[in-house]
Amino acid sequence: MRRAMFFWVFICVFAWGVALAADTPMKVGFVYVSPIGDAGWSYAHDQGRLGIEAMDGVTTSFVEDVPEGPDSERVMLNMARKNYTLIFATSYGYMDPMLKVAKQFPDIVFMHCSGFKTAKNMGNYFGRMYQARYLSGMVAGAMTKSKILGYVAAFPIPEVIRGINAFALGAQSVNSDVKVRVVWTKTWYDPATEKEAAKSLLDVGADVIAQHQDSPAPQEAAQEKGVYSVGYNSDMSKFAPKSHLCAPIWNWSSFYKEMVEKVRQGTWKSESIWYGLEYGIVDITPMGSMVPEAVQKRVLAKKAEIASGKAKVFVGPIKDQSGKLRIAKGAAADDQELLGMTWFVEGVAGTTQ
Amino acid sequence: MNLEFLIPLLAAAVQSGTPILYATLGEIFTEKSGILNLGVEGIMMVGALAAFVSAKFFGSPILAFLIGGCAGAFLAGIHGLVCLDFQGNQVVSGLALTILGVGLANYLGTPFIGQAAPGFSPMPLPVLSKIPILGPVFFDHDPLVYTAYLIPPAIWAFFRYTRWGMGMRAVGEYPRAASAAGLRATGYRWAGVLVGGYLVGFGGAYLSLAYTHLWTNGLSAGRGWIAIALVIFAFWHPGRAVIGAYLFGGVMALQLRLQASGTHIPSSLLLMLPYALTVIVLVLSSWKRQGTEVPSALGINIEPSE
Repeated sequence: MRRAMFFWVFICVFAWGVALAADTPMKVGFVYVSPIGDAGWSYAHDQGRLGIEAMDGVTTSFVEDVPEGPDSERVMLNMARKNYTLIFATSYGYMDPMLKVAKQFPDIVFMHCSGFKTAKNMGNYFGRMYQARYLSGMVAGAMTKSKILGYVAAFPIPEVIRGINAFALGAQSVNSDVKVRVVWTKTWYDPATEKEAAKSLLDVGADVIAQHQDSPAPQEAAQEKGVYSVGYNSDMSKFAPKSHLCAPIWNWSSFYKEMVEKVRQGTWKSESIWYGLEYGIVDITPMGSMVPEAVQKRVLAKKAEIASGKAKVFVGPIKDQSGKLRIAKGAAADDQELLGMTWFVEGVAGTTQ
Repeated sequence: MNLEFLIPLLAAAVQSGTPILYATLGEIFTEKSGILNLGVEGIMMVGALAAFVSAKFFGSPILAFLIGGCAGAFLAGIHGLVCLDFQGNQVVSGLALTILGVGLANYLGTPFIGQAAPGFSPMPLPVLSKIPILGPVFFDHDPLVYTAYLIPPAIWAFFRYTRWGMGMRAVGEYPRAASAAGLRATGYRWAGVLVGGYLVGFGGAYLSLAYTHLWTNGLSAGRGWIAIALVIFAFWHPGRAVIGAYLFGGVMALQLRLQASGTHIPSSLLLMLPYALTVIVLVLSSWKRQGTEVPSALGINIEPSE
C-alpha cells in the first residue's frame, strides 16, 4: 500500500515536471559585439532575433556591446547557467570563449557566427556575403563615370578581402576597365575615421563609395559630394537617399527560425553552415531609382543565376594584382580557397597588409 | 606631390584638426589657471552626446553647439568641486572624470546610435574662399571651423592684455602671491576650469554636429588624450596649439590619402604615423625648453588658508 502510494506520488511529480518542462518557453540568447541601434552588423542579427521572438514558446534575450575576449565568456556563462537552450554569439572573437563554455554545458546548443571551430554541441554559421557584394559591384560598375570605385574597408582579413574581390569582379563584369581603390581604417566602427577615409577616396576620383564598415558615415560623405554609394549590413538609404544605389544585406531571420525548430525537435547537429543567396541569408536591397531599368534587370538575372547555382562568383581565369594567374580558366574556387583568401584580384589598388 | 593632392589634404587637415584644436585650447585655458584636468576625453564625449541629443530635439545646431559646451563645463565643474572645494588630487580626479564621462556618454547615448540629427554643413565664405590655395584650404568649411579661428587670438589677448587674464596667469604661477595681492585665487581657478571645460565640450560637439552627423559609442576615439599631449607641444601657447592640432589632423588625413592613392606601404605602418609623430614632436620640442613654460603651480592645490 505504502509502496503504491510512493509510486503514485512519484508519477504525479514526474508528470508535473514534464508538464512544466513543456510549458517553459525555450530560452534563446544572443551575444552582440556592438550596440543594436547601429543599422549595422548587430542590428541585422537583432532583426533575426525579433523574427524568432515572434514564434510560439520561444523567449529571447540579448546582451549588446560585449567586448570580445574574457567579458564575452562571462556573458555566455551567465546565459548557460540560467538554462538557456540555445545561444548565438555573433562575432569572430567569441569563438574561443564560446568553445570553453560549450564544453562545460554539454546540454546547451551553441552557435558561433563567422568562425571555424566546432564541438559536439557547438556549430558555426555564416553567409556567402561575397555573392551579394558581386551584385552590388555590378550596380556600382554600371553607374560609375570615372571608372574608379572607392572601398572603405575595416581589416585585411579573408572575409573582407573576399568581399572586395567579389565587388571588383562584379564591377568588371559590366565595365571591364573599372578600378577599385581600397582604404583600410582598422576599425569596424568609427564614423569619423570612416568618413575621412571615404573623403580621401573621393579626392582621388572615386565616384561610387562602397564599404565594409558598420557605420553609415561613408554614405554621408558620398551624399555630401553628390556621388553614389553602396551600403552594407542593412538598407542605409535613409542616411543618404540621393546616393544610396543598393546594399548587400544580411537576412538572419529564417536561418535563426530554422535553428530554433531543429533544436526543439532534437534534429540539430553540429556542423559548419555557409549559406548564400539561394537561402536568402544574404541579399541585396531594392536598387535606388537612379539605377536604370536595364541594369536592374541584369543584376537580378545574375542574382537568380547565382542562387540557382548556375553561376559562381570566383570562376577563372582570375589574376591577382601582380598579374599572376590564381584561378585557372574555367575552374571555380573551392570553399577552402575562399575562406583563406589573402590576395586582391587584378584591378584593385591597395595592399592586403 | 601636386596641388590636386595637396589642397584636399590640407583642407582635411584643418577639418580633422578642429575638434582637437577646441579641446587643446580648452585645456590650455584650464592649465593656465593652475588646474590640470586629465578628463578631456570624458568631457568631449559628454559634450558630443549633449550636442547631438539637443540637435535632435531642438533642431537648432547653433543651440546644440552651445549646449554641448555647457555639458562640458558641467562635467569640468565636478573636477572643480573635487580639486577646489575638497582639495582632491587633480591627476586622480581627472582620470576618474575620463572614465565617468566616457561611461556616462556611452550609457546614455545607446538609444541614439544610428539616428540622424541636423548639424552643420560646409558653408564656403564669400570672397575669401576664392583665394587660390588658401581659399579651399581654410575658408571652404563648416561654420564651426571658422569659429575655431577666432578663439586662439582671443585667448592670447585675454592672457596678455586683460586684468582678469593676467590675474589668472598669476594664480597659475604662484597662487600665494596672487592671494597676497588681493586676488581671489579659487575664483580664478573656477573660471579656468569652467571656461576650459566649455571649450573642450565644443570639441566634442564638433565631432557629432559637423565632422559626422552621428552619435556612436566611443566617438572621440582618443582625441582628448591627443589634446592633452598637444598642450605640452604648444608650450601653453594658443598659437602653437593651432599648428599642433592641424599638424596632427594633417597626418591623420595623410595616411588615409596615401592609401587611397594606391601606395604600397602597409596600412598598419601608416596608421601608426599620427601617434608616432606625437611622441617625436614631444621629445623634440621639450629638448631645450624643459619646463620653462609650465605654469609653476600646475597640478598643485591651493591650501584652504590661502
